[in-house]
Amino acid sequence: MRSFQQRLSDFDTRGIRVVAISVDPVETNQRHCRKMGFTYPFLSDAKAEVIRSYDLLHRGGGPKGADIARPAEFLIDSTGIIRWVNLTESIGVRARPEEVLQIFDELSGKVAP
Amino acid sequence: MKRNWNWSLWAGFLFALAGFLSYTFFVQFPLTRDFPWANFLLFGIGGILLIVGLTRAFGKPKLYRGKVFGTILTILSVLVFALFSYIVFYELKQLPASAEAPRVGQKAPEFTLPDQNDKQVALADLILSPAGKPGGAVLIFYRGFW
Repeated sequence: MRSFQQRLSDFDTRGIRVVAISVDPVETNQRHCRKMGFTYPFLSDAKAEVIRSYDLLHRGGGPKGADIARPAEFLIDSTGIIRWVNLTESIGVRARPEEVLQIFDELSGKVAP
Repeated sequence: MKRNWNWSLWAGFLFALAGFLSYTFFVQFPLTRDFPWANFLLFGIGGILLIVGLTRAFGKPKLYRGKVFGTILTILSVLVFALFSYIVFYELKQLPASAEAPRVGQKAPEFTLPDQNDKQVALADLILSPAGKPGGAVLIFYRGFW
């Protein structure tokens, strides 16, 4: 999350919006974003409906057996088509912004700046 | 005669502890995250120091201390290493398969959700391409901070 904030300008120059989604309520996201200085949208899917529609529900994965999202990243183009998916095998290993930027540049046939 | 302080046993144990506790530090950096080699390096150094210490304690018991506490520290270090391996190679991988997750080439399921300022945000608006730019969005699903 922090690494994406640090590379946010690189996403901006390509017109790509960085969006975080979890079951956290709006208040938690607001507090967390203020504390960490996150400026991109953190969306609250408290009922996990979107998480379910993306088949990313981790049943009982949260505190006190709460249902949460499993970590995953999707790159979506401006027509709404998914161009890249990353379903990590380990909670500790997440997609890096550099990786996403490189894939985006390769897909759009441009040389990375 | 007072026997020598067997420092390498303590150092070995501290390295093993550091190998475990430094996971949250090293996981921040791409280079040390995908495979926790930095942690294994610390465990490795700890292991070598413990072997050196134990060899001294048992090989030259008149010169070096540490037969009892060296054994205890070594067992603790092995347990810490086992716990680390269990967490990294098993517990962190207990994730649902997500076989039905949308795939490359498919249309991303549409949604509208509130952001941190309680403003409704729709995927359709997020992917709009700004003037002269390709546009699109990266959706990062995460476990939450609770």
